[in-house]
Amino acid sequence: MAEFSFTTEQQQLRAAVRKFCAESFDEPTVRRLMESDVTYDPAVWRRLGTELGVLGMSVPEADGGVGGTLVDQAVAVEEFGAALSCGPLFGTVYLAIPALVACGSGAARDELLAALVDGERTAAFAVNDSAGAFDPNVTVTAVASGDGVVLTGTAARVVDATAADVVLVAARGSEGVSLYAVDTGDVQRTPLVTMDLTRPQADVIFSDSPARLLAGPATAERVITHALEVGAALLAVEQIGAAQHMLDLSVDYAKSRLQFGRQIGSFQAVKHRLADMLVDLEHARSTAYHAVWALTDGSDDRALAVSIAQATCSAAFSRIAADTIQVHGGIGFTWEHQAHLYFKRAATDAALLGTAEQHRARVADLVLDSAIVEDPPRVAVGIA
Amino acid sequence: MTTAFDADQVAKIALEVVAEHDPKQVPLPEFLGACYDAGLSWVHFPEGLGGLGTSRGLQAVADGILQGAGSPVPLGLNPMGYGMAAPTVCEHAHNDELKKFFLRPLATTEDIWCQLFSEPGAGSDLAGLATSAVRDGDDWVINGQKVWTSLAHKARWGLLLARTDIDAPKHKGLTYFILDMHSPGVECRPLRQMTGQAEFNEVYITDARIPDAHRLGGVGDGWRVAMTTLMNERSALGASGSQRGAGTISEAVQLWASRRDLQTPVLRDRLTQLWLRAEAQRLTSERSRASATAGGPGPEGSIGKMVGAELNQRIYEFCMDLLGPEGILYHSYAMHGTSSDGDWRGPIQQRYLRSRANTIEGGTSEVMRNILGERVLGLPGDLRADAGMPWKDVPRG
Repeated sequence: MAEFSFTTEQQQLRAAVRKFCAESFDEPTVRRLMESDVTYDPAVWRRLGTELGVLGMSVPEADGGVGGTLVDQAVAVEEFGAALSCGPLFGTVYLAIPALVACGSGAARDELLAALVDGERTAAFAVNDSAGAFDPNVTVTAVASGDGVVLTGTAARVVDATAADVVLVAARGSEGVSLYAVDTGDVQRTPLVTMDLTRPQADVIFSDSPARLLAGPATAERVITHALEVGAALLAVEQIGAAQHMLDLSVDYAKSRLQFGRQIGSFQAVKHRLADMLVDLEHARSTAYHAVWALTDGSDDRALAVSIAQATCSAAFSRIAADTIQVHGGIGFTWEHQAHLYFKRAATDAALLGTAEQHRARVADLVLDSAIVEDPPRVAVGIA
Repeated sequence: MTTAFDADQVAKIALEVVAEHDPKQVPLPEFLGACYDAGLSWVHFPEGLGGLGTSRGLQAVADGILQGAGSPVPLGLNPMGYGMAAPTVCEHAHNDELKKFFLRPLATTEDIWCQLFSEPGAGSDLAGLATSAVRDGDDWVINGQKVWTSLAHKARWGLLLARTDIDAPKHKGLTYFILDMHSPGVECRPLRQMTGQAEFNEVYITDARIPDAHRLGGVGDGWRVAMTTLMNERSALGASGSQRGAGTISEAVQLWASRRDLQTPVLRDRLTQLWLRAEAQRLTSERSRASATAGGPGPEGSIGKMVGAELNQRIYEFCMDLLGPEGILYHSYAMHGTSSDGDWRGPIQQRYLRSRANTIEGGTSEVMRNILGERVLGLPGDLRADAGMPWKDVPRG
């Protein structure tokens, strides 16, 4: 599977997901759902799981998935991003499912993974990250209670926790940090008003909440790191899907909007801004796809490929969303125009799983600090 | 006639050429002449004209064997000849005899070629050029001035775009010729640039004569012929990808790593941003190659020139800011041409100065953004004050 080459099946998948999104996540539906108590339609979510089978595309068939690759999952996520699809994609598809795939098989894990892949249940990932990497400073503690374990503490700002059935949570016990699953019926949730209404958050408060072990101290860090890497790569792909939609919208508007008796896209000030948006988008697309392929076939350092993608895609989507408002002028600042929905998604995505600046710092650590002096360029010293 | 040659057959021919004419032993013109005669100079050209009439993609097969045996890259020795003149002559010269007359000495590099397009009054608006060609019997008489002509002083032949009809709109009054650079009335003067070097020339043409047989394409058809030349200038898609961190960015990273005493956190982040931009463009070129293989290049193929040019400038600006007061020295402004010692771009300060040309030469960044906007995004064209106007009435200055 050559890098950057999508198969015919993947192109068909893209068309199918795009069609589904056009029918199920049209703008009026997105607006209705984002202002509802539950910000997605569980029936539509189940159809994504069972009818399209696009919630766990890289889950092995033995675990109830379709046995595809992360490239397949990325194809679907790019379309979800373009449509601003409503549902717990971040918590369930980007993070919880990859975490469960990386966990060793077991009754708690197998049953939950199958339910998430089918869209029967949804999950949030209540694990703090440090700039997109594993954070050993865990705020929830685990203690033994009877046959099992109970958790106490607070996980702040957990994306998709508001309506989730289960939270995956990192908690510290006497042996170290482990990953647990907790039913949301056993926790207290405080929904938060988020800037991006399509990506809800809640504080999750555990108080002697019964928990099922997914990964013990020996494996939890590896499992969490895997989930964060896959999640960051899929988030990058979501960003380019949304950014492409913004560019398409801006180009259409620049062709149809007339001022001074001309299409505004004929003015070089507008045309060149759109050209720069195109360049940023194509660069972002290359880095996002590269990260997905690197995680699929191991052709590159995983952490470096993911940080290159996150640094590039967060900056690109933020800039493209901002420029989309500018190209649209006044209408782009209104509530009725869709630009602000994507602008808020851009700000949210840029902050999640590490900012562009944090990933840039990681790239510097990995690339610049290890550079070996081999062939420094000649510097003139004022003497011929 | 044979059917189309496949990769194995091309490889076999190339191996025979290097066996009979070892590029490390025989004079270069003999070796390159043997390549031409065997059809390996441009494998997609017709047989007998330096080609095999096969797919362009098989050139890499031939080049790999020839260069593996020690052949230099002929495009580097006769860049305008191999890259632009050859496809234009092959497509537009009036008969095979003429094509052979030009192509074989071009291929052997005995005849160096140059391109006479840009003028002091016609840069981005190339079609507005003013050099005139007036019919006189079997000849054309040429008058005008060309500029930014690399290798003019070494060239035997020049690809010339000249105006044959001043009453037609600008694109329609042009005709394409091959000018003998040794003919009377052709004068080359080195054009000194801000680095102190003279990579280019000005060419003054006064009553120079060109036989009508050396016209390419029809009278008034010069713009269409020039498109063949320019498409080949911009479509050179590398056969293999570059390595992460290679190219201009490696100079900045090497300079950075070699000067720990000058490192600051602010410069570190700036270099990281440049590194990321270079990496994103490298991956985009890789993706472009993948989609070209899968059929037709996508939009990602058009952005490399513009991004590369602007990135070069920013990288050398970074190097200068890293060096601080050390950077404001120079090696020498003694007038000199380009050397062939492999370090033709000179010390970092010279590269810094040279990079200002990157966003002008081969299409300014403003023109490149117009191309991205209009041809890739489909945006409407700019208002053109000279549209449909006879060339002689267009304001100039």
